[in-house]
Amino acid sequence: MSDFPRELHYTESHEWVRLESDDTVVIGITDHAQHELGDLVFVELPETNDVLEKGDEMAVVESVKTAADVYAPISGKIVEINVQLESRPQLINEDAYGNGWICRIKPDNLDELDELLNADQYEKTISEEH
Amino acid sequence: MSKKTPLYDQHLKSKALIVDFSGWQMPLHYGSQIQEHHAVRNRVGLFDVSHMGVVTITGKDTVGYLRFLLANDVAKLKNTGDALYSCMLNENGGVIDDLIAYRFSESHFKLVINAGCREKDVAWMQLQAKNFSVQLKLRDDLCLLALQGPDAIAMLENIFDKNIAEKIAQLKPFQFYDVTPTPTTIARTGYTGESGVEMMLPTQAAIAIWEKCIALGIQPCGLGARDTLRLEAGLNLYGADMNENTSPLISNLSWTVSFRDEAREFIGKKALLKEKQNGLSQQLVGLILEDKGILRNHQKIKINNNSVGEITSGGFSPTLNKSIAFARIPMTTAEKVLVERRGEWLSAKIVKPKFI
Repeated sequence: MSDFPRELHYTESHEWVRLESDDTVVIGITDHAQHELGDLVFVELPETNDVLEKGDEMAVVESVKTAADVYAPISGKIVEINVQLESRPQLINEDAYGNGWICRIKPDNLDELDELLNADQYEKTISEEH
Repeated sequence: MSKKTPLYDQHLKSKALIVDFSGWQMPLHYGSQIQEHHAVRNRVGLFDVSHMGVVTITGKDTVGYLRFLLANDVAKLKNTGDALYSCMLNENGGVIDDLIAYRFSESHFKLVINAGCREKDVAWMQLQAKNFSVQLKLRDDLCLLALQGPDAIAMLENIFDKNIAEKIAQLKPFQFYDVTPTPTTIARTGYTGESGVEMMLPTQAAIAIWEKCIALGIQPCGLGARDTLRLEAGLNLYGADMNENTSPLISNLSWTVSFRDEAREFIGKKALLKEKQNGLSQQLVGLILEDKGILRNHQKIKINNNSVGEITSGGFSPTLNKSIAFARIPMTTAEKVLVERRGEWLSAKIVKPKFI
């Protein structure tokens, strides 16, 4: 079964966001999303210093089945990317909320986090999809 | 209405992710498609392919009928227990379906056809049968299981009686053994590029063998792994790599069309001869992606800045750890093509459509 950690923020497009103590946010795709996609075989990462608006296409994850866009859940600048995914895209399948993180963003405005879903709301969105 | 094979409950027990395939509720994978793929390449895997159709052809004109119906020549099948792969063509030389024909006797063959083609195939076969003394029957009482991989043949000793397992081990590819009196047919055929068998058997026997295999620790494999295995092995998928508008000659299937007996008329022969005479304009090639990304069905292809074709089947090859594809393009001396992926043009090398 999919897992929905309480401390994360979520989007309807299946990204998760974790606020760090230095006021940056770490972003990935949810356990539910990786499960729906199946084995991941390629991740197209953004570049460090890319500046994104909330909702911009940020990365592409490709599984054995299909390709899916990953959208910026928050506006800001990319400060770090998970280069491990270039050689090991399966990290997203194995550990979507940990080693499978995609990038770190320095948000323009942390208040945007309040517009995201909490764990209960996200879980409810998924159950309505099915 | 979505259909289920008799092994549906077994798939759920093995935690299958079920998807719709040609109107059938089928397992896509049982956790990891890539793990299933490697199991078949390195050891052994088990597939339920009971969504495919089995058609029995009986009657005194069976051989004559099939020599007319199919592009390959069943006269090549001299003995009981011989099988061959063939296309069934329309008058224009387009492929209605691809299938395997099994010879049980001069007056008894079975054809195994694609799930999505069952109804149209049987309608076409009935239509073409009007001048022949044959009876056709779509067999909904038989299941199809495939046991594939380098360990598959050795594994049969744990599944069947020793004498049966030994008989199967002695068969060559495209030969089969009929376990009489039970209607169980075990053929040295497959869709993975590995050694192994495909089995036609009654529902209860199929469930028993499935459960025995699972208890032996054999990996159940879904349609996802089946697709990447066949792509690596250079085996076409009906509907993707060929259809009613493409002939076998431009689908890397010329080897399956038999013109050897010039006196033999078969459906589509005239069109194919004309196509050959005019010179083939297209071909099905293999592609290996050189840039990063994944090749997908229907991505557009350019050679020297001209749009020339598209990918018919594309995906990720777990064995090569690269993206590979089949593509239909014109005859060319080019060694590379450009493929459009998400608005960018990526470089891919043209190779023979067989990757392992």
